[in-house]
Amino acid sequence: MPKVTFVAHDGSKTSVDEPDGVSVMQAAQNAGIGGIVAECGGSMMCATCHVYVAEPWLSKLPAMTATESEMLTMTVSERRGTSRLSCQIVLGAALDGITVELPEKQI
Amino acid sequence: MAQDAAPPRGAPASDIDPFSPQHILNPYAWHHEMRELGALVWLTKYRCFFAPRYAEAFQIIADYQSFSSAAGVGHTNFNKEKPWRQPSMLLEADPPDHTPRRAIVGRILSAPNLRVFRSGFEVEANRLIDRLLQQRDVDAVPEVAQAYVLKVFPDAVGIADGDRMNLLKYGTMVFNAFGPQNDIFDESVRDLGEVGPWIMERCQHRNLEPGKLGDQVYQAVSGGQITAEEAPILVRSFLSAGVDTTIDAVGNALWSFATNPAEWAKVKANQGIVKQAFEEVLRYESPFQTFFRTTTKDVELAGVKIPGNEKVMLNIGSANRDPRKWERPDVFDVSRDVRGHVGLGYGIHACIGQMISRLENEVLLTELARRKVDFEVTGPTEYKVHNTLRGFTKLPMRFKQG
Repeated sequence: MPKVTFVAHDGSKTSVDEPDGVSVMQAAQNAGIGGIVAECGGSMMCATCHVYVAEPWLSKLPAMTATESEMLTMTVSERRGTSRLSCQIVLGAALDGITVELPEKQI
Repeated sequence: MAQDAAPPRGAPASDIDPFSPQHILNPYAWHHEMRELGALVWLTKYRCFFAPRYAEAFQIIADYQSFSSAAGVGHTNFNKEKPWRQPSMLLEADPPDHTPRRAIVGRILSAPNLRVFRSGFEVEANRLIDRLLQQRDVDAVPEVAQAYVLKVFPDAVGIADGDRMNLLKYGTMVFNAFGPQNDIFDESVRDLGEVGPWIMERCQHRNLEPGKLGDQVYQAVSGGQITAEEAPILVRSFLSAGVDTTIDAVGNALWSFATNPAEWAKVKANQGIVKQAFEEVLRYESPFQTFFRTTTKDVELAGVKIPGNEKVMLNIGSANRDPRKWERPDVFDVSRDVRGHVGLGYGIHACIGQMISRLENEVLLTELARRKVDFEVTGPTEYKVHNTLRGFTKLPMRFKQG
């Protein structure tokens, strides 16, 4: 099962294993990671599952859709070049070991 | 006529009419019957497949490439029959046409863009609650659900006050059109009268309050993201899709809590669970029940080969009560893990107004809970006879200070 590591804004790390097909947002919710809110449950309607994804993982992610990009204009914490919505990152073998950094605030 | 009934093609067949008044009014028994019959059922009356269980329904909604919306999300297949109405620009379009529209409207209706409305919704919710505590005995359909939603939502879109009951006639017709062209649909068209031109006039830029949601759609025209012709149609879709559905959700929420007072007690004790509790309402009594997709090619689903260009019917209410997915599905339980319910759909066609509908409901329920208001059903209730929506036409209730 792919492993995903969440780095909270205070630097603390949590790692979880989830089956293929689970999104990083769902993994965070299953693990009770407080820094992911996900008000809309994965519909790209709330911009509250915002994460920063550093290399080498960023370039392994599928291209962003227009909707995801629009939604990232609405985040509470600053949008960076590494910003993604974690509901749109689906775990699989290629992303085993991915690390995502959580922004200071989601709401 | 027997020769008209297509072969079941590997799926069990049923001659049930899901759109008959008796089945509309009592959906859960025949949902159960269909789920037990098979993962995919051939409906002989409508000559289409029906996926009554959660797993297949979810698969169909998620796989928009195999299951298209562009041939209409109603029973009529626009690939086979000329559309008798203009297809919806958002709901009845596939990528790539759908993509830029969804992106821009999705941003306008996103949670961060809506936060500015919360305090206004709270004021209206509290005015309403003051009134309810004085009146005590009310019909909660007109006096709570319609009164609240017809105030806050059109205000947020930025249309002028007055004649807002017209919005109900329009929404009723639009959602009935997602079923077959039966008597129920015909009656809603007859009731429509001159509402079509009236609503279109309300959606013109000059009639929309600056800065509100409707005006923001027109601002996207200046940004080049949508065309000037698309703007009024998109604003109209806010008004057609966002009123009846949310009113039904408010009514269904009040009824669910009134008939499960222990669950309301949990919400009163901890308003932090209001959001989750409202999601359980959407699962338990889903306001938008039925719609269709059309296969883009031969697709195998649940071991059945569905040919291309065939209609497949879904029922959200049935998926949301499938015991293969949910423990004790017929129990209203605000403590359950309700994630994954499809009350608002899923994926690229998930309800685009979901965040404002949630906000309206969440604010009203939060204020009722914060003020420790209790409510009970005081007389016979009536459900609407509608092709796709589930909600009350009559809901006698008493509100009192708890």
